Amino acid sequence: MHIRRPDDIPSSEITSESSYINRRSFMETAGALALGGLIAPTALPAMACAPAEGLTQDEKITDEDDATSYNNYYEFGTGKEDPKEQAKKFRPMPWTVNVEGMVKTPRPFSFDDLVGKLAVQDRVYRHRCVEAWSMVIPWQGVQLRDVIARCQPLPSAKFVEFTTLYDPQRMPGQARSVLPWPYREALRMDEAMNSLTLLATGMYGKALPNQNGAPLRLVVPWKYGFKGIKGIVKLRFTDKSPQTTWNDAIPSEYGFYGNVNPAVDHPRWSQAKERRIGQFLKVATLPFNGYANQVASMYSGMDLRKFY
Amino acid sequence: MTSTTLSRAEPLVRRGVRPVLWLAVLAPAAYLITALLTDQLGANPIEELERESGRWALRLLAASLTVTPLMRLTGWGWLVPQRRFLGLATFFYALSHLSVYMVLDWFFDWDEILKDVVEHWYITAGLLAVTLMIPLALTSTKRSIRWLGGKRWTTLHRLVYVSAVAGSVHFYFAVKKDVTQPIIYAVLFAALLAFRIVWKRRAAKTRPAPADSRKPRDPVNTPVA
Repeated sequence: MHIRRPDDIPSSEITSESSYINRRSFMETAGALALGGLIAPTALPAMACAPAEGLTQDEKITDEDDATSYNNYYEFGTGKEDPKEQAKKFRPMPWTVNVEGMVKTPRPFSFDDLVGKLAVQDRVYRHRCVEAWSMVIPWQGVQLRDVIARCQPLPSAKFVEFTTLYDPQRMPGQARSVLPWPYREALRMDEAMNSLTLLATGMYGKALPNQNGAPLRLVVPWKYGFKGIKGIVKLRFTDKSPQTTWNDAIPSEYGFYGNVNPAVDHPRWSQAKERRIGQFLKVATLPFNGYANQVASMYSGMDLRKFY
Repeated sequence: MTSTTLSRAEPLVRRGVRPVLWLAVLAPAAYLITALLTDQLGANPIEELERESGRWALRLLAASLTVTPLMRLTGWGWLVPQRRFLGLATFFYALSHLSVYMVLDWFFDWDEILKDVVEHWYITAGLLAVTLMIPLALTSTKRSIRWLGGKRWTTLHRLVYVSAVAGSVHFYFAVKKDVTQPIIYAVLFAALLAFRIVWKRRAAKTRPAPADSRKPRDPVNTPVA
């Protein structure tokens, strides 16, 4: 299996030895319970060759059970444990992603057509929710920039907008208008092209669980979790800043950027610290969730208090 | 309900009420502690414990505020000690809620706690709701009723209405977006407070207020039957 890794990002930021070791110990315990046999072989080589550093020594991979039972996915209910229950019957395949807007040829892509031929990436990322909890998650997926290359956007495109499936029959949470459906998110083009940005198709070496956004979700590790839109059915390229769902719903609390920033509090709670799921004491939240070296330059000169 | 069925039910209810209340008050605490110790509270047990203790405080507060209307409608003066029981149970859960927040959630991180209380007024409201319950819990004994006098005691214990409003506001703004539950509680509290206003107006129309406040004829305003 050919695994490609971008040059401008240290492998230490992708997977550390500590997380690799932790993963091993996790697999040793769970593996006996038929788990090991299910792990895709592609998941292992990239992890095995990663050196120490990046994630700190005490950063352990979050329990898979926790990462798949504590979810914000209002399309399947607003309680943390609702998505796991309410998404049980969801069948993502077959899946089509419509590519629209400022592209050479707007057209629908089948899931395989869009991501099937691209190099699979293994990335262990911190995941920081705007609610001040966090996890460390081993994702599998493709780089968004590789997907964008397949979409052939026009040079005039400045943003890419993502839309979640709208189908109240299959997504029971959409029967209530808790949020303005369908869920929409967007990235500036340079953010989308950053090598950290992932379209995830799996986690913990398995296909992406329904409650985590199957079959296709965005992972932007330096931004709050709400930017990581799930169940994506549309990519639209545009030159105007798109409307995004949480920003629409409560503009004073959720901005377009959603960059993790311990210095800018949510109006109703502090963002200085976070509870890492599985740990008792809170830990300090890092600027850009610890990925400042890779992303801070994109925002130089911007007032991050204003563009939260 | 006719008055005969009411009087027939009374001895049974009167005998059964306290064991039922004890169960209703102890069961949630027993469940939460057991679930915490056996890791059954999900991925974020501290958050779950915090939320559940808060919700139970509100539920018991609603229950204790239901006693007076119930007494008005049935004339069962023996419900007064049940009201005290539920009030103290509310205080117990509210105090647990505050303790979970300070100890488990923030682990005595006083800088963050102070910042939270000062900057976020719904946290201030929550703290106010619990704080106002302290004098009420302290004056829940028969002795303090005698010491204060029935009228002053009743006035003091109207602070519970402020607690109810502050607690509802606290819950509403603590929720991220789906405010269904906070609204249900707010409507419930509004109904319980509205009953009191309507009842008082009706009572004022039909009969003059008792002239001697030391000997209230109304069983409900007699703190201990």
